[in-house]
Formats: sequence, C-alpha cells, structure tokens
Amino acid sequence: MSDDVVTLAHGAGGKASRRLVEELFLVELRNPLLEPLADAALVSANGTRLAFTTDSYVVRPLVFPGGDIGELAVNGTVNDLAVSGSTPLALTAGFVIEEGFPMDKLRALARSAARAATAADVPIVAGDTKVVERGAADGLYITTAGIGLLDPRAALDPSCVRPGDRVLVSGSIAEHGIAVMIARGNLELELDVDSDTAPLHEIAAALCGLGADLRWMRDPTRGGLATTLNELAAGAGMSVVLDEVAIPVRDNVRSACELLGIDPLYVANEGKLVAVVAPDAADAALELLRAHPLGAGAALIGEVCADDLPLVLAETPFGGSRIVDMLVGDPLPRIC
Amino acid sequence: MKYVDEYRSAQAVGAIAAELRTLVEPGSHVKLMEVCGGHTHAIYRHGLDTLLPDEVELVHGPGCPVCVIPMGRIDDAITIAERPEVIFTSFGDMLRVPGGRRRSLLEAKARGADVRIVYSPLDALSIARDNPEREVVFFGVGFETTAPAVALTLLRARELDLRNFTVFCNHVLVAPALRAILDSPDTEIDGFIGPGHVSTVIGTRPYEFIASEYHRPVVVAGFEPTDILQAVALLLHQLREGRAEVENQYGRVVRDDGNPEALAALERVFTVRDDFEWRGLGPIPHSGYRIADAFADLDAENRFEVPGARIEDPKACRCGDVLRGMAKPFECSVFGTACTPEKPLGTCMVSSEGACAAYYAYGRHRQKVIA
Repeated sequence: MSDDVVTLAHGAGGKASRRLVEELFLVELRNPLLEPLADAALVSANGTRLAFTTDSYVVRPLVFPGGDIGELAVNGTVNDLAVSGSTPLALTAGFVIEEGFPMDKLRALARSAARAATAADVPIVAGDTKVVERGAADGLYITTAGIGLLDPRAALDPSCVRPGDRVLVSGSIAEHGIAVMIARGNLELELDVDSDTAPLHEIAAALCGLGADLRWMRDPTRGGLATTLNELAAGAGMSVVLDEVAIPVRDNVRSACELLGIDPLYVANEGKLVAVVAPDAADAALELLRAHPLGAGAALIGEVCADDLPLVLAETPFGGSRIVDMLVGDPLPRIC
Repeated sequence: MKYVDEYRSAQAVGAIAAELRTLVEPGSHVKLMEVCGGHTHAIYRHGLDTLLPDEVELVHGPGCPVCVIPMGRIDDAITIAERPEVIFTSFGDMLRVPGGRRRSLLEAKARGADVRIVYSPLDALSIARDNPEREVVFFGVGFETTAPAVALTLLRARELDLRNFTVFCNHVLVAPALRAILDSPDTEIDGFIGPGHVSTVIGTRPYEFIASEYHRPVVVAGFEPTDILQAVALLLHQLREGRAEVENQYGRVVRDDGNPEALAALERVFTVRDDFEWRGLGPIPHSGYRIADAFADLDAENRFEVPGARIEDPKACRCGDVLRGMAKPFECSVFGTACTPEKPLGTCMVSSEGACAAYYAYGRHRQKVIA
C-alpha cells in the first residue's frame, strides 16, 4: 500500500477503496472464504450453505428524501444477501451513538429499521449500542450484519459468465446518491429526487428461478453501476459493452447530474440490482423483474464480450464508444 | 431532458458527421484545437472523435483550469491550508491535484488540515461569517468563467466588512495562453474551437487577433455533440474558402460583447499580473489575475506567508507538448503507467477535463486504432 494515510478517496468505493481492501485487509486477513471479496461470504455448516455479510452506514444527513439511515442499514444488508442468491434469515445491528443525540430521533430511526426489517421479512435478532463523545461520530453510525440461506438453484460467480450473456438492471439508476447530495443542502438545488432504498430479496429470488441461466448479480451501491460492472469485467476476464441510451435514468436525476458534472453511472444506488443472464433467458429475466413493483423499470443495458483487455465500454447513440472506468476518488463536482 | 436532448439527437449528429466528410480533401490533414477542457471531455464522453473524417485531427488545448495550476501554487495552497487558524475552501476538483511533493489538498485534509469543498465562493463567505474566530481562505481557480463569481464575492466581503476572509487568487486568462501557443515555433494548428463558457463572459472579440494576426479561423462553440460537430463544419468551411474569421456557433448563450456586468466586476477587483506560470507551458506574460490593490487586504498572499517556490514539471511528462497540440496523450511514455488519474504525474491527467485524463478514462481502447 503506497499511501501513508487514509483519505476520503479510500472510502468512496472506487479504485482506492479496492486497493485498501486488497493490499491491506486481504493481506492481513487472508482466508479462502474472504478471498472472492464478494458482497457476502459463502459459508457451509453441516451441509447447509449460508451467505454471511456485514456493512456500516455513515450517511449524512441521517434522514433524506425517500429514507433514513435506519431503513438503509437494513435494506443494504438484506440486498447484499439477496444478490448473493440467498434468502435473508436474520440480521444484527450495532449503533454507535454520539453523546447528546436526541432520544426521539433515535427512537424514530430504530422504528424505521424495524419497519424495513418487517418489509424484508427478516428479524433483527441481536444488537449492540455504544455511546461516544460529542463530535466523535457525526450523530450516529449503524453497522448491520446478516445471514441468509443460499438458494440451491443459484450458482452466482463471475466465472460463470460467458461471452454473449446479457446485462440487466432492475430500474433507473443514481437516485440514492443524488437524493443524499441534494439533502445535504449545500447545492441549493430544488429537485425532488427520492432515494431508491428498498429490499431486493423478492426480485433477486425471482431471478434465482432462472437456475444456471442466472450467472451473476450485484447491487450497485457506492461507486455506482460503473464500478460494479468493472468488478464484473475484471472477475470474468471479459468486457462489458453497454448501450448508453438503454440505461434508465430519471429526467430529474439526469438534470442534477448534468448540472453537477457527475456521470450517473458512478452514483450510488440502494434499491437496484444488476444481473447477468444467458442470452436466451434475457426476455424471461426482464419479465420476472417487471412483474414486481421494484423491477418495473427494468431494462436490458448491455452484453458481455470476450476481450483480451477486460473493460467496460459504453456505446454512444452516435456509433461512438467510450471506456467506463472504475471511479477514481469521490465524484467531485467540476469547476466549470 | 429539455434543451439538452435536442442537441444530442443521433439523427442530427449523423447528418453533420456526413456533411463533414464532404468538406475535406481526401488525403489532406487538418489540425483543429479545442481550447476548452469541457470540449475535450464532451468529445471523448460522446465518442465524437470517432465520427470525424480521417483527415481531421482534434488536438486538446490548455483550457482546463485545474490542470494549468503549477505545482508550486498547489504547495502554497497546502501551506496556507495547514495553518491551524485557517479553513481552506475550494472547488472539489482542485483537491486531488498533486503538488511538488506529490501531495494534494485531499491528503493535507487527511492529515488534519481543515479543507472544505464548496460549490460557490459565496459558500466560503458564509463559512467566514459563521466562524468569526477562524481565517477562511477561498482557492480562486479558473478562467474568466469562474473569476466573476469570485470578484462578486470579494465585493460582497467588502460590503459586509468581513475581516476573516481572503482569496488565494490563481485565475488565468484564455487569450494570452492562445497567443503563447500560436507563438510557439512548432505549432501547426489550422483552426480553433473557441471555448463556450469563457466566452459567455468575455464575448468573441478577444479572439479577433487569432484571425487578424495569425490568419486562423475561430468558432466559439457549445458543449453538446451537435454544437461541437457544427463548429468543426464551420471551421472546415472557412478553411475551404480561405477565410479566417471569428464565428459564434454558441449564439444561444454567447454575445459578441460578452457579459458587461461580469467584465466590470473583473475590472474592479482584479489586476492583470505581469506574468503567471502555467503548468506544462511555463510563464506566460499577462496571463493571470491578481487581486487589485484596492482589495489587497482580502488577498491571501498578503495575509499569509506563502513560500512561492517554483517547481519544475516532472521531466518524463510531456504535458507541455500535449497542451500545445504536438503530442497525443498516449505518445507520452508515462501515460497510463506512472501517470494515471488516481496518481497523476502531469497536469493533463489531473482533472477529468484534462486531455490525458479524458483520453485515459474514455479513449484508451482506441489507442491501437489511432496509433
């Protein structure tokens, strides 16, 4: 690891985050279950195959249009389990709370977490609380962990991906990241964008019904669709070619991105999944997604291609193409 | 999206691309420079370079304000930011730019400096009002595009009689940089796509010298695919007809006289420096602003001690050649190896509008085809 201090870029979900995990944590903690660096580890116990995952939530503001940190912390872990091809069985939640935090706000966030857990049909079965001094935790941090029962039909791995496979997304992208950016209030943009935070366990389970035709699934959170697809390209050793116009982005989100000079492909989602399916199963997969309210905006956005240089490429509507690289640092608004 | 989609219609783009092919002599070679980093970014973002006839080559100019700030000035900024009483405010994309020790403001922040991203210089002013016990410094960077907002902020600071606000001024001027490029002996540029945003402020008249003294056509252009391709068409028309004029393709935004109020604010608050050092290009006469004497108390360079060291550009880096249009990004030996967007060595890799960064991000796969 060449960097000598941690910078915010290490937390942005792009290249620096990847390096931090691979060159520091993986080096120190290496074991076969961790090594794939997937959304969840796959653990076997007495012949039962489980998915196991954890995630921390440090969002600011704690409440934003379309959700709050309580709901987000539950949905995020449910989604990591769901896209690993498992049914969530139980969650845990750790709350790091800053001294002086209003009790009624804390109760509201705990209620919101409980509502999200009920909606995802998974109980929060254990928890922890810690209180730290004022100024030490930006209000409140939540860490959730979860365990899920793997669907026996699902064998999801980048190595299952074949040239010609189709890439699908379950709906319009970039809503969570833009909603939070606007909610921070320093942009003075007046746009109604709600976070898309939602539990994906039902649509993920529906796709698992495709069996071996479902090759791989992820929820493109931090770093956005671009970063997730780059991880796919690197893992599969193949290129992903996107049809830029086919990628669903709501008009207000596109406007915000244009104004800020940010590419929606790099903006976080909290209620979308991206899936790779066999070419013949693409129509069926779209139908399965669209049958559910959370997949109503699903779209076919690209194709996997054999390539000696695994890249993510976007074909522009004019017949040109460009590389869609991994995120470098935080998406910072440009000067002009 | 209204007012954007119209300019990205595949049909309209296709029609202009077809027209372009009729405007070039087969086998000829036309070199056009897009001055503005925003154009470079848009060209790669939309893959427009792949739509041009083989005879037309686009070269990337010096118009990325983040890229042209020399390393010594970044080190000066870090020195100011590291003072315990200072809250250092900046536009986001300056934070990653490495200085002489390859350290950036982002790293200074990680080590404890109070560095904050703002979206407007007026936000920095609010921070100063909310923190009267701290010194708030705004990192003034950009061409005449962003300079008026900083000028108005300084006027407002004076009005409020704010004593804890200063600007570290690094604003640069576009026309002197173009003259420096035209005066460079090896330059072979046949025409210029003029910068759109800058021209909303300065208008089209400051480019007249390019037509009258250097006999090269200029077309000021917008940033959408049809804008840029239409500007190329207008330039090719001029070249075919042997004309060298300043034309305005971006008439929906740019007036020939620019924005008189913004120009008046610039005139009041800033004074043109004798020269200013540009990363990759070296010192260029009359190419930068400093804060005028009447506002000297709001100038961070007067309030704080700054080292003002001049740091040579890294030897291996060919940014100067790229900025003058004499080399393509991938012709530089450190491109994509020692110099990447994550760890930039040279200026053009720094901002997403820099030629090398745009090429790295969007165009690497075409390298073998072009080379």
